[in-house]
Parts: sequence; C-alpha cells; structure tokens
Amino acid sequence: MSALPSPAHIPPDPPGPRLSEPRPSEAPGPAPHLRPRRHWGSHLFLAVAAVLWITPVLWAFFLSLRPLAETNKYGYLSRPRSLTLDNFRDAWTQADLPHYFLNSIIITVPAVLVTLFAAACVAFGLARLGRRLNLFLLILFTAGNLLPQQVIITPLYRIYLSVHLPTWLSDSGLLYDSTLGLVVINVSFQLGFCVFVLSNYMRTIPVEITEAALIDGASLWTRFWRLTLPLCRPALAALATLLTIWIYNDFFWAIALMSTGSKRPITSALANLQGQFFVNDNLLAAGALLTAIPTLVVFVLLQKQFISGLALGATKG
Amino acid sequence: MASDPAVPRTPSASRRRRGARSLSGRDRIVLTLMIGIPLVVDLAFVWFPALASVLLSFTKWNGIGGIDSIKWVGTTNYHQAATIYTPFWPAVRHNFIWLAVFLLLATPLGILFAVALDRNLRGSRVYQSILFLPVMLSLALIGIIWEFMYSQNYGLVNTLLQRNGQNNAINWLGDPHLNLWAVLVEASWRQAGYVMVLYLAGLKSFDPSLREAARVDGANAWQTFWRVVFPVLRPINVVIVVVTVIESLRAFDLVYITNGGSNGLELLSVLVTKNIVGERTSIGFGSALGVVLLVISLVPIVIFLVQQFRHQEQQ
Repeated sequence: MSALPSPAHIPPDPPGPRLSEPRPSEAPGPAPHLRPRRHWGSHLFLAVAAVLWITPVLWAFFLSLRPLAETNKYGYLSRPRSLTLDNFRDAWTQADLPHYFLNSIIITVPAVLVTLFAAACVAFGLARLGRRLNLFLLILFTAGNLLPQQVIITPLYRIYLSVHLPTWLSDSGLLYDSTLGLVVINVSFQLGFCVFVLSNYMRTIPVEITEAALIDGASLWTRFWRLTLPLCRPALAALATLLTIWIYNDFFWAIALMSTGSKRPITSALANLQGQFFVNDNLLAAGALLTAIPTLVVFVLLQKQFISGLALGATKG
Repeated sequence: MASDPAVPRTPSASRRRRGARSLSGRDRIVLTLMIGIPLVVDLAFVWFPALASVLLSFTKWNGIGGIDSIKWVGTTNYHQAATIYTPFWPAVRHNFIWLAVFLLLATPLGILFAVALDRNLRGSRVYQSILFLPVMLSLALIGIIWEFMYSQNYGLVNTLLQRNGQNNAINWLGDPHLNLWAVLVEASWRQAGYVMVLYLAGLKSFDPSLREAARVDGANAWQTFWRVVFPVLRPINVVIVVVTVIESLRAFDLVYITNGGSNGLELLSVLVTKNIVGERTSIGFGSALGVVLLVISLVPIVIFLVQQFRHQEQQ
C-alpha cells in the first residue's frame, strides 16, 4: 500500500510502512560532488513553459479589459490607451450571468453533497461484506466511472424522456430537461470515482478504532457517522473540491439532457451565449472569464485540496 | 453482536471474519440501504444504459413508437456506419490522432514537467500553479480562450506570425486540414498539466533513499530516472496511460464549442451526440456508434481494473 502523497490527507495513524516520510529537501550531500546541481536546464524549461502556458489566459484577460472602440481602431496587439472593467459589467448584466450562476449552484451543490454522502456509505458498507462481493461491487462502481459519457447517452436520453415526474420536482414534468435530472446523472457518474477513493482511504484507518466501538456496542450507523466519517474528513474535503470543479465544469450532460437554454448551468450556457449576447470578442472574453470565478477561487484558496483529490484517485491510498 | 475483541487480527482477516453475519438485524437493514440505494442508482443510470446501448445497437427504433416497435436488424447499423455513413471513418481517424498526440506529446510533456518540478527548484510553486491552471478551467472556457489566440485577423498567433492580413491569414480553426491540430494544442495545454499533477503525486511517494542510492552508485539524473524512478512508479504509469486513453475517447467539449464538431473536427463522441438530439434520430444507429466507443474504452478500463484490484484479490 503506497503512502498518500501530501500531508493534507495522511490519515491519523496509517498502518504499515509509510513510504513518503516528510521529504528532506534535497538531502545534504556528504561529498562535494554529490551536492545538488543548480538545474539551470530545468529552470529554463519550466520558465519557458510557464510563459507559454499563461499566455492564452493573459491574452484573453487583456482583450476583456480593452474598450471595443479602441481595439477596433488600433488592433488587438497594440499599446492599451485605456483599460476598463466595462466589458465585465456589460457581460454580467446583458447576458444575465447571475441567473446562470444560480443554475450552476442549484445543480452543483446538491450533486456534490449527495455524491459524497452516498459514496461514503457505499465505501463503508462494502468493507463489511464478504471479500468477493466487496471486490465485485467495487469494480462495478469504479468501472462505471471510467466509461466515456457518450457510451451511455443514447439509452440514457430515452430513459430521461420516459421518466415522468410531478411538476414540483421538475418543471418539465420529465427527468429530461430538469435540474433534478442533471443532479441525478452527475451523482451517478461521479459516484464510482468517489467510492473507489474513499474505499482505499478507509482501508488506511486503523481497524482498532472500530473494534473499540464494537465493544461499546455501537450500532453500524453510529460507527459510520461518528467514527469513520470524521476520520475521512481530509479525503472528503479533497473530493468535495474536485467534484465541485468537475460538476461545475460539466458541459456534456447539460448539452445532451437539458434542452431549455435558460435552465442550463453556466458552463454549457456558454455555447449559446457565445453568439447571442457576447456580440464582440472583448465582451466574449469578459463573459467567458467571468464563468471561471468559482474556478479561480478554488485555484487560489483550495488548490492543494484539488490536487490531493486527484492524487488520491491516482496513487490509491 | 460484538465479535471477540481478544483475538488479535490483521485488518483484512478481521474484515473477512466480521462479515454481515455478525451484524444485528437492524444493522443489516442499515447496511443494505447504505449499499443498496447508491447501487440501484448506479445500475439504473450507468450500467443499464451501457447494456441497453449494446442491445439497441442491433436494432432499429426511431424512438417515436413504443418499445414494441423495436425491430431486430442484426449488424446492419455497424455495417451502415462503416460503409455509407461518411463521417464515421474520419471520426475514428481523428480519435486515434487525438490519442496519439496525447500519448506521444501531451503526456510525456506532463511527465517532464513533473520531473522538473520535483527537483524543488526555487519558484516551483509558481511554475506548478501556472502549468496546472488549465486543468481547472472548463473545456468550454478553454475553447473560447483559444479562439482569441487563433482568430484570423487579430489572434495572437497570426499577429506574431505576421499572417493576419486579409489575404495571407491562416484560418487555424476553420481549415479542415489544420483545425484538428489547432484544437489538439488546446487539449494538450490542459492534458499536460493534468498528467503533471498525477505524476507529481507518484514522485512524492517515491522513496528518496532509492534515488540517493543510485546517486551514490554514480548514476546521472537521466539514468536514475529511467532505471530507478520510472520502473518503481509502474502503477502510476499505468494510471496515466489509462487516463490518457480515456480522456482522448471522451474528447467532446472542445470540438463542440469550436464548431459543433464538424468540418475536420468530427469525433466519435460528437457523432453519437448528433444522433440523439439531431433531426435524424436513429437510436439503434446512435447506440452502435456508442458501442464502438465502448469497445475501444474497455481496453484501458480493464487494464486499470486489473492493476488496481489484483493485489486486493491476493489479500
């Protein structure tokens, strides 16, 4: 069992040998010729790559700050005479972005919470089953998450059209073209990954903790809710960050399963807004960048969580 | 109710012993619900459609009539896709080009980033954040951001190449011979950062004393990486190959936001989607295209499952 990569999710007391001791920052060289070299090559490589990588984002940002009249007159690659946030303001109000942000929130928040809760239940439950059944179900959940979405979309589309719902649950009267429908598919599709990660993570929790609770006669639910779940907090936090971005960034499900443009979450709404409201490129740049606000918040504040979520999936607790 | 606490056991042994049998009736109901409800959801919305895709691919159904109007047609749909459906082979080719570029360029580049960052140079944090930024952006947004780079008359690329005139402008996203490559640059821009983060996680879990040992033995950085680090990181290498293949099969958003996935940007995923929402809704045919995607994707999925769960089976 390889160790978890970052201190953010090292379990309280992982059993077994731990591979990643806090890493000595380039071990002190015993002999002069073993001292770390300066790595000018790496520095140059990374610096050039970083400049290339940031350029498209900065270019879009630069466009979004410039008034249309000015870029029309002098061209885009020109010395800026004035910079303004007007494009952001116009994009925000003209395209009614708050409305689409709200759509995203009412899909993303429930989807993330339900996915995490359900996945934790499954991961906890599976460990209590017989070994073969446990393995079979774990594979079932994990494999489902790896399928390309388009493999299931054709029948799924039909299912969504045929499931009728009361109007208080879905204003379309169907699972199709409803907020609930998008929550359901996001939960179903992300469940597998979270079960996989949490199941691996729970395996690193020392079994003595649950044993002790067993002696106290705690019920299964109490052991789950009071013991296991709090111990999984680091993994849950990392997954929550990851899921929030993934579901917020989802484009395909909303394009395929939601026909009413005004009900779509902001990421997929971009496809329509592109030609309809964002009539010039300065405005489009501003509008498009505005959709990245939640992403940027996570990028600045929770980048570590996001990365450790990805790492949890890849390195298998 | 409680199992005997006096017997010391290894975690896996105790888990086996503490099967559902040792649970009380109420606990058993709770356990069934905890697994059962998510399982039903997963089966209903992921596995049932996947299976239905396979079955429907051998049928003809326009979706208007009831289920009894479904007609069994054998392999006709596959035959039609391969012979008379003109976008099919271009889409297959584009998917394989996508995969090749990811495997040969984007992924190795990401690994290179990770290895360079792992040296903990000054400023690593900043480099890492910048290289990682595209991974967090939605692909729809990435498509739009790059439209400004590629735009014919004012795009940064053409301006820097001085090809932004009325007559000599390069139509990066419009020319069917160029646009796939242009979009692949966008896709690689994101994929490299993704691979970088995954690989960094692997490198961080790498036992530094192994590297020290190699250094003491006189291995240079290149040898150390290929002979020591890379083989030890086999599990993460497999994960990365799997992620790379699956990401290239899933590719959809970028081409869709660029031009709806047409005119040189056809992909299997786009063809499937066009068949469900477009005017020619042939469910059997759309399913057949989905199954082609499914069959290809089973290869990386099986590889991943074997690697991840082999050890568990042995326990």
